[in-house]
Amino acid sequence: MNRTEIIEIINNFLVEELEIEEDKLKDSALLKEDLKIDSLDFVDIAVIVESHFKVKIKPEDMKGVKTLVQFYDYIESKIQ
Amino acid sequence: MFTLYFTKKTIEYCHKMKRAVITGMGIYSCLGKNLEEVRQSLYLGKSGIGIDPERTAYGYRSPLTGIVERPALKGLLDRRSRICLAEEGEYAYMATAEALRNAGIDADYLERNEVGVLYGNDSSARAVIEAHTRTLETKDTTLLGSGAIFQSMNSTVTMNLSTIFKLKGINMTISAACASGSHAIGLGLMFIRQGCQDMIICGGAQEVNYLAMGNFDAISAFSTRTEDPTRASRPFDRDRDGLVPSGGAATVILEEYEHAVKRGAPILAEVIGYGFSSNGANISQPSDLGSYIAMERALKDAALTPADIDYVNAHATSTQQGDAFEADALNQLFGECRTPVSSTKSMTGHECWMAGSSEIVYSNLMMLNDFIAPNINFENPDEHSKNLNIIPVTTEKRIKTYLSNSFGFGGTNSALVVRNIEK
Repeated sequence: MNRTEIIEIINNFLVEELEIEEDKLKDSALLKEDLKIDSLDFVDIAVIVESHFKVKIKPEDMKGVKTLVQFYDYIESKIQ
Repeated sequence: MFTLYFTKKTIEYCHKMKRAVITGMGIYSCLGKNLEEVRQSLYLGKSGIGIDPERTAYGYRSPLTGIVERPALKGLLDRRSRICLAEEGEYAYMATAEALRNAGIDADYLERNEVGVLYGNDSSARAVIEAHTRTLETKDTTLLGSGAIFQSMNSTVTMNLSTIFKLKGINMTISAACASGSHAIGLGLMFIRQGCQDMIICGGAQEVNYLAMGNFDAISAFSTRTEDPTRASRPFDRDRDGLVPSGGAATVILEEYEHAVKRGAPILAEVIGYGFSSNGANISQPSDLGSYIAMERALKDAALTPADIDYVNAHATSTQQGDAFEADALNQLFGECRTPVSSTKSMTGHECWMAGSSEIVYSNLMMLNDFIAPNINFENPDEHSKNLNIIPVTTEKRIKTYLSNSFGFGGTNSALVVRNIEK
């Protein structure tokens, strides 16, 4: 799976499942402040990531992930 | 017979307390998804009972149930609210939204004022069992997601309603088996009388799914009259063979009288009496004495006598024992007065944790529209019900004051007296 595909899947579930407006999905968007993703949402993101990418992530491992582009990087690193 | 002693001083004190009126109602049940649909069903004596094939496949003795469609909440509630709501919470949301609307309460009011919630609920089985099944499959609790915990707790309804509607007053769930919804209103009455709250959302909710009722089916409590589901629930009838489980949610907005007048709110009814008791006996078997005490206490709390009651909405669920004990208790109190009695469970089935609230909504609809809804399927009395004035067909009648009974496992009993202050 290449980076473009990863980004497409992530953006798709952020829009479809977390109901975030698509035009807010910019690389520099802050997950908490701009996209309003809270600690409970991170629990659901772990479930969604597992189902889409077949990798386990832990919400506590995402403490350093602040922006959307960092999230893409994190998922890409986990897949590899 | 056990007698309650209320001194003159006690009664005077009670009557100096604040009054609690109902300024809004909402209902979501097998009789309809709003007040108007339910009013029509009650008037027509329409049953909401059917067959659930999933129950047969799961191993139920009886597949009979109230048929309640789950509401579509996308577009009404945001994602976070939706994923934290268990099935019974969805019903409670629908009933509460309707009740707040017709009480004239909007989001701005709720933001600026202290409104409480006291709601009856005594299970959230589907959420618990589905989470357990998922964990068995995955061996990983993190895959349950964030909503499971908030759906699984017994207080799921009140924790969700208080979050969705931004409630800032008293906030708790009442778990008292099949009397939960009635006690919730009774306790709301006490909070308002004492001046602790001006407005409380009171009600009861009940999930309707095959995972929730299997252990109830296990004790052979359910009717097996599957050849004609609409005739299966037959409270007080000689040939009854058990209850039919059902559910949904019902909400009343309980408000302090002066507060309601000042607000210009529609005053639908006044709750004037709450009586309670515990049988202190068998876990499943009801008691004529226990129900008598609850009713007598409610009447004394309202400073009324049995002759003042125009209608009794009976608890009667269509079980042999329960209906017989209630019939005996009703006969002791209301036999001489020939007070009209019906059990709306003949149409709804037994709405369990919700029933004590839904039957207040049903009775209020009757009182506001001058009719008594029928005890359908009452064809032949037995030796206990033969002395009661059971209403088998819709009857036009002006109701000024009624009494509603609710009893539950463990011997918990509740009775409420409600009057129409416009008449």
